[in-house]
Order: sequence, then C-alpha cells, then structure tokens
Amino acid sequence: MLRYVIKRILYMIPTLFGLSLIAFMIIQLPPGDYVTSMIASMQDSGANVDPRQVERLREIYGFNDPIWVQYFKWISGILLRGDFGYSFEWNRPVAELIWERMGSTLAISIASLLFVWAVALPIGIYSAVRRHTVGDYFFTLVGFVGLAVPNFILALALMYFSYRYFGQSVGGLFSPEYVEAPWSWGKFVDLLGHLWIPIIVIGTSGTAALIRVLRANLSDELHKPYVITAKAKGLPGYKVVLKYPVRIALNPFVSAIGWVLPELISGVTITAIVLNLPTAGPLLLRSLISQDMYLAGSFILLMGVLTLIGMLVSDLLLALLDPRIRFT
Amino acid sequence: MMTVHTFIDEEPETGPSTTPLKPSKATSDMGDANQWTLIWYKFSRNKLAVVSGFVILFFCLVGLFAEVLAPSVPDASRPQFTNAPPQNLGFFVTDADGSSRFQLHVTGYTMEVDPASLRRSYVVDPEQIVPVGLFVQGAPYKMWGLFDANIHLLGPVNHDDTMYLLGTDRLGRDLLSRLIHGTRISMSIGLVGVSISLVLGVILGALSGFYGGVVDTVIQRVIEVISSMPTIPLWLGLAAAIPLTWSPLMVYFIITLIVSLFGWTGLAREVRGRFFALRGEDFVTAAKLDGSSERRVIFRHILPSLTSHILAVVTLALPTMIVAETALSFLGIGLKAPIVSWGVLLQEAQNVRTIANASWQLVWPAGAVVVTVLAYNFLGDGLRDAADPYEA
Repeated sequence: MLRYVIKRILYMIPTLFGLSLIAFMIIQLPPGDYVTSMIASMQDSGANVDPRQVERLREIYGFNDPIWVQYFKWISGILLRGDFGYSFEWNRPVAELIWERMGSTLAISIASLLFVWAVALPIGIYSAVRRHTVGDYFFTLVGFVGLAVPNFILALALMYFSYRYFGQSVGGLFSPEYVEAPWSWGKFVDLLGHLWIPIIVIGTSGTAALIRVLRANLSDELHKPYVITAKAKGLPGYKVVLKYPVRIALNPFVSAIGWVLPELISGVTITAIVLNLPTAGPLLLRSLISQDMYLAGSFILLMGVLTLIGMLVSDLLLALLDPRIRFT
Repeated sequence: MMTVHTFIDEEPETGPSTTPLKPSKATSDMGDANQWTLIWYKFSRNKLAVVSGFVILFFCLVGLFAEVLAPSVPDASRPQFTNAPPQNLGFFVTDADGSSRFQLHVTGYTMEVDPASLRRSYVVDPEQIVPVGLFVQGAPYKMWGLFDANIHLLGPVNHDDTMYLLGTDRLGRDLLSRLIHGTRISMSIGLVGVSISLVLGVILGALSGFYGGVVDTVIQRVIEVISSMPTIPLWLGLAAAIPLTWSPLMVYFIITLIVSLFGWTGLAREVRGRFFALRGEDFVTAAKLDGSSERRVIFRHILPSLTSHILAVVTLALPTMIVAETALSFLGIGLKAPIVSWGVLLQEAQNVRTIANASWQLVWPAGAVVVTVLAYNFLGDGLRDAADPYEA
C-alpha cells in the first residue's frame, strides 16, 4: 500500500508542473503588462509619465526578465514563501484575497459532492433493481434533463421560480441581516436556507451521471451467479441486493470524486457568478475582466490543484476499498 | 435446408466465411450487407435517436437559411416596442358581417405607460389585426453575405407593422429573428470546434495508440493535465485574454479554438484504446507485411475501421462545445454584439428583473440550448450503440 501511495504521489508531480505552466501562460497571455495599463490610465488623467520611472517600475516587477526567469520567480515564490504575487486592482498581496474564497469554494464543492452521493445512491439502486419500470424511466428522463441543462440556465430558472412563487431573491449565502453578524445558530440556519439552491444547481449533472453509472454497474452485478445462489438459498430480497452487489457497485462512487470534482468546481464557478455567492468564481471573473492577472492565475492554479488533490484522495480511497488496484 | 455443393478436388478451403466455396451457417437476408448497412439498420431501430437526428438536422437547416426564415434582421430595433410580449399567430379572422375567413395574422398591441414609474406595459389588443403573409418582402439582407435579397418566409404584409412571435428584447429587437440567427452561430461553433478537436484527437490518439512507449506516455500525461483542469475557469482565463479591439469574426474563431482545445482529450482516449486493440489484428499485420508505410497502415487500414466509433464520440462531444460557448458568452467574455448566439441572448436575461418581467427572453434561448444538447446526447447514444454492428 505504501508503495502505491508513493508511486501515486510521484505521478502527480509532472501533472502539477503542467498545471502551473497553464496557469502561468494565462497570467502572461493578455497583451501588455500591468505597467502598460497603469501608464495609460496615468496619461488619461493628464499626469506626466517619466520614462525612467517606467523603466524602474518594470525592473521592480521583473517584467524585463526572460519568460522562464519570470516563471521561476513566480513558482518559487508560491512554493517557498506562499507568495502568489500582487493584486494590482486591490493593492494587496494575492495571498490575502484568495484563501477565504477558496475555502468557501471547497466547502460548497464538498457539500455538493455529498448531495450527489446521497441522491444518486438510492435512485441508482432503485433504477437497477426495478429496471424498465415507470419509476426507472422517470429517473432516466430526469437524469437526461439534468445532464442537458447547463448549470447557469438551471440557476436562472430556479431564480425565476423562487422570485415568482416565494417572492424572494436567491442571491448570496446569507440574508442581509446575517451577512455581518457573528456565527450563531440563526446564522447557520439562514445559511442552510440559502445553500440548497446552489447545491442543487451544481449537483444535478453529477447526480445524473452517477445514477447512470451505478445503474449500469449494479445491473451487471445483479445477474451474476452468486446473486442467484443467494436468492435461491432464501436470503431476504433487500439483503441480496444491499449486502454484496451494492458494495461492489460502489467503487464508481469513490472514483467519482476524480471526475465529478472538476465538474463541481467548474459548476461552482459559474453558478456562483449567477447567484452572486462569495466563492472564487465572481472574483475570478472580475479579476479576468480587469486583467488583474496574478489574482486570476492564482485562482486557476489553486482550482486545478484542488481537483488533483481530489483525484489523489479518490485513488487512495479506491485502493483501500479494492485490493485488486493496489497490487497491480 | 439443402445446400448445393460444388465439388472440387482440392482440400476444403478454410478462408473467411463469405467465400462461396464454403457455405456458411444459415444467414438472414442481412448476411451479406456491408458494415454501414448494418449500422444503419441497428441505428434506425432506436426511435429516440432517429427523432433526435431529425431535430439536429432541423436546427442545422434553420442555421443555414437563417436570413430567409427570420421575419426580420437581428439588429433592427424599434425603441417604441421594448420588452414587448410575444404575439400569437392566428389563422382565421372574423369579418364585420360575422363570417370568418382564412387569414394569417397576429393581434396588435396597445401600450400603456404607467405615469408613476414610467414603465411600459403592453396589452394584446384583439381589435387590432396585423395581416401576416408567407414569402413577404421585408427588411433587406445579404444572403450568406453574397447577394442582396429581402424575401422572408413569414412576416407582416405591411412592412411597418409589428410581428413579434416570441416577443422583443430590451432594445425592441425581434427575439425570433435573433434566435434564428443565433442558431447559425451556436450550431456552427459546435461543428467547427468539433472538427478541430477531431483532427487533434485522431492524430494524437492514433500516434499514442499506434506507437505506444514514450510517445504514448507523453501524450497521456498531457491529456491527464488537460482533463484534470476544471474547464470553466480555464475557458474564462483564455477567453478573457482576447483583446477588445479584435473584430467579432476573429473573436468567433478564437472562441471556437479555445472551446475545442479542451474537447479533444476524450476523442484521443477513445482512438488510442481502439488502436491498441486493432494493431495486433491480422489485417494490420497483413498490411505491414505487404510493405505499407506506417502512414498508410494508420490512415488507410486502421482509421476507416473505427469511423463509426469516432462519429459517436464526436456527436457526444458536440453539446459540450455548444454549452461552453453559451456559458462564455453568457458571462460576457465570449462572443459580443453584433454577433448573435444563444449565449449572447441569454446574457440579456441575466438578472431577476428581466426574467420576471420578460421571461420569454430566458425561456426561448435556454430552451433551444437544452433541446439541442438533449438531441445530440440521444443521437450520440444511438450512434454509440450502433457503432459496432457485429457485437452480440
């Protein structure tokens, strides 16, 4: 097992490197650098710009270095000092801005993952056991619609319905009176009252996909001889299903973290923008539009790292669960 | 069943079962059908997939003939009809003497302005009848950008009348016309994007699966990095770098490129897997022994045998591209005016106020996206099931 863990972690290093290259590329992509846009705005407001001062600024920020030196400076700052660069829009180090937002992104992603599991498990089992019944067709249809409706359209639709039928707007994570309030039971309840819409919006497509996987796996398993034997010797129906086949068919649930998590984080990003949640999404969009690239690049890097960690966790859990994997 | 044996003196031949010398087991009338006939036969039994195919075809045709089908041009705005609700198309009008006759028409509006809030509200007025005709002359346009025309399939007979079958947007532009023109952009982004993915995916997947070894490892690593990235933040990052000064056409191509850059990984995986399975097959060895070059073996012998699988994967990849473009445009960093796509239309329906007061601006573009995505999924599922007709 230890060998598997070490091998799996070593495997992550080139992927992490590739990820950091992509994030750095995005930082470098917009034409011009921050100094250029600063000069432009200074000239717009009629200030005189001294070329020597401009040169000095470029020197300070390292914009004159060759590209690989810039990359090296950037990545070593992150790895060694936790320094993600400077947000020129907020005039603060990026590190101060991102952690809280990444925290809420992670929290909502995990909550959505739990929702996906909690909903997909019973429905998947039901659909597999009662194949080709009205209930199965109903869930299949719902699942297809869930897969087909993009997150943001679902968010808009729910916004419309809650406005139309409950008369409340659904943006944000808290009601106005709780936003600044310290944590209390009331605030927690209020949070739950706001959280269900984003969780449903983000979780729906993952749930639909997982139901399909579970249904297919479990239906294969249900026709195996050992299940027939168990039935023949008189095991009660629920036990025949739950005790062995479901346990085997559960593997995709664990490995789902690997492929559902990137989707969830993607989903959190766009849903948060529509519903105005204080996660990384709205800040990322804003920083991209104002070309505050260190902030944007850090978000993209961290979101990628988050999914990689999720994949690592899912692989390790799967190895714990299924010995066939760790010995190959 | 009696079979007629042709007597020959040599050893019985042990060749493929289709040689006439060795009558095979009882075959149905499909026995000598070729691969594509079998695929079509299997596909056509999946009714949902066939219907979805027609839906996709319909959307493609709408996109192709957008100028004629749209009752107006997408940019024509009438400030006096902002956020006007949809008008219903009627077939019969009742004349003054009580007899009814066939006449396509819509009923006009009466507009009221609330004196306090200055907000306009429209009431459909059954007294006001706007005659509507087929193939009427309307706003002039350039068909496919090539020649001038002004014929519209459906439109008000009198050019100055209003006909807003799906309502108007906040600038008083006809939503139906914009939706039809948006269909062209959104459908074509999917098709163009998927073609780029197809080229990338097939070439890289084929290299990876055919050679194996170091090439395979490197390509697989790259695929792993790309598919482990959450797509939307990445799309946002790349799309935001498009300079504002670029022409809309340029932006269109770059967005297509961005969307397709991350769509090829699934296809490459599929192609690689099939290559692994096929490169040990007898017909590949035979081709190699015949002295075919590697390029010939890949493109002439292996690839054609997985065309049907590629077709299925491509169909399933298409909706992702369409949703990606819609999401980017919706967030305001994808396509921009004057280009109209479903995402651009949805961008107008971003806030609760618009959705509550003019819900048609959300319903129709969103409906178009959902129907298209569903249809592509059903079609792709049907193709995937039919892709291997020799399977039990």
